[in-house]
Amino acid sequence: MSRRVRLAIFGVGVAGLAALLVWGLAGLPDFGNYQGRYGRIVARSSVPQRKATDAVTVVTFDYRGFDTLGEEFILFISVIGVLALLRTHRDTEEGDDLEVEAIRRAPPPSESLALLGRVLAPLVLVLGIYIVAHGHLTPGGGFAGGVVLAAGLLVLYLTTGRIALRRIRPVETFEAVEAVGSFGFVLIGIGGLIAGAQFLHNFLPLGSSGLLTGGTIPLANVSVGLAVAGGVITVLSELLDQRLLRRAR
Amino acid sequence: MSFLPYAVAVWLFVVGLWGVVTSRNLIHLVICLTVVQASTYIVLLGIGYRTGAAAPIFADIPTGTPTVDPVVQALTLTDVVVEATVVALLLALAVQAERRFGTLDPKEFGALRG
Repeated sequence: MSRRVRLAIFGVGVAGLAALLVWGLAGLPDFGNYQGRYGRIVARSSVPQRKATDAVTVVTFDYRGFDTLGEEFILFISVIGVLALLRTHRDTEEGDDLEVEAIRRAPPPSESLALLGRVLAPLVLVLGIYIVAHGHLTPGGGFAGGVVLAAGLLVLYLTTGRIALRRIRPVETFEAVEAVGSFGFVLIGIGGLIAGAQFLHNFLPLGSSGLLTGGTIPLANVSVGLAVAGGVITVLSELLDQRLLRRAR
Repeated sequence: MSFLPYAVAVWLFVVGLWGVVTSRNLIHLVICLTVVQASTYIVLLGIGYRTGAAAPIFADIPTGTPTVDPVVQALTLTDVVVEATVVALLLALAVQAERRFGTLDPKEFGALRG
């Protein structure tokens, strides 16, 4: 089938799809006039019931915590998938030779860039910790903060050359961090069972104001923050180091 | 005017699909897929929008203030995370394809030639 015929068929299909989408979306509530009940109930109850001011985080980590647990495991599985695809050379003799060769051929890092990285990384890391810790109070939380934390460490990566390819692999630490974060969420869920309620029940004292409010929500934020930071660093360092491996191949 | 956000979502969906179908580079194809997915964020956030309402953060506004819907915003967060994981997996597959076929152009893949 020629490219032109394929594109013509796609054109017809996509025109039909677009028409269906417009038809379907036209049946949605008018833009700006949403009257959904659940959102209003959550918005009214998140402060009195959970002492947490960010209603979105309350939904994600408490009311809908079970979904977020599944979401975290999607992340976990995808990290495993990426590693399975990219580390086919690991733990074989040629693979080891290839890595030694890749490290030997890697361009030496620039000293001024490395210095800049060491100045910038702590600032980004502090911002990440702030976003994770205040997830239940202001916009942010474990997912956003975890990505910022990973970004802080990737600044170090970008300015010093490589992460995954090292004699002692710091990337293995991040794999552990990812696992601890994912499992931490499960532990919080089991804590609800031990307290005599259902899985992921908010069993800790809610507090009244300040950083230590929201019961298990800040804990869940920290565990998700660790899982996301560990996962993002593991995946990105593995992907970025592919260029070194490619050069050595 | 009130249909405009949904029209933007349909446009992003279609234009992203067009990019996927006509792409000659797997990395470009993955990015086009993220454009398709971006349309779902716009639909979700568009549904929950209420004119003149505040963000659902009660750090500096009293409880009971009209806000936009927090539930669809939480759903959008899930959406973003899922997209990130899908992109990571697809990029890893693109690396593998390049290693096997020596190219990122889907047209050149021997195994897929019809």
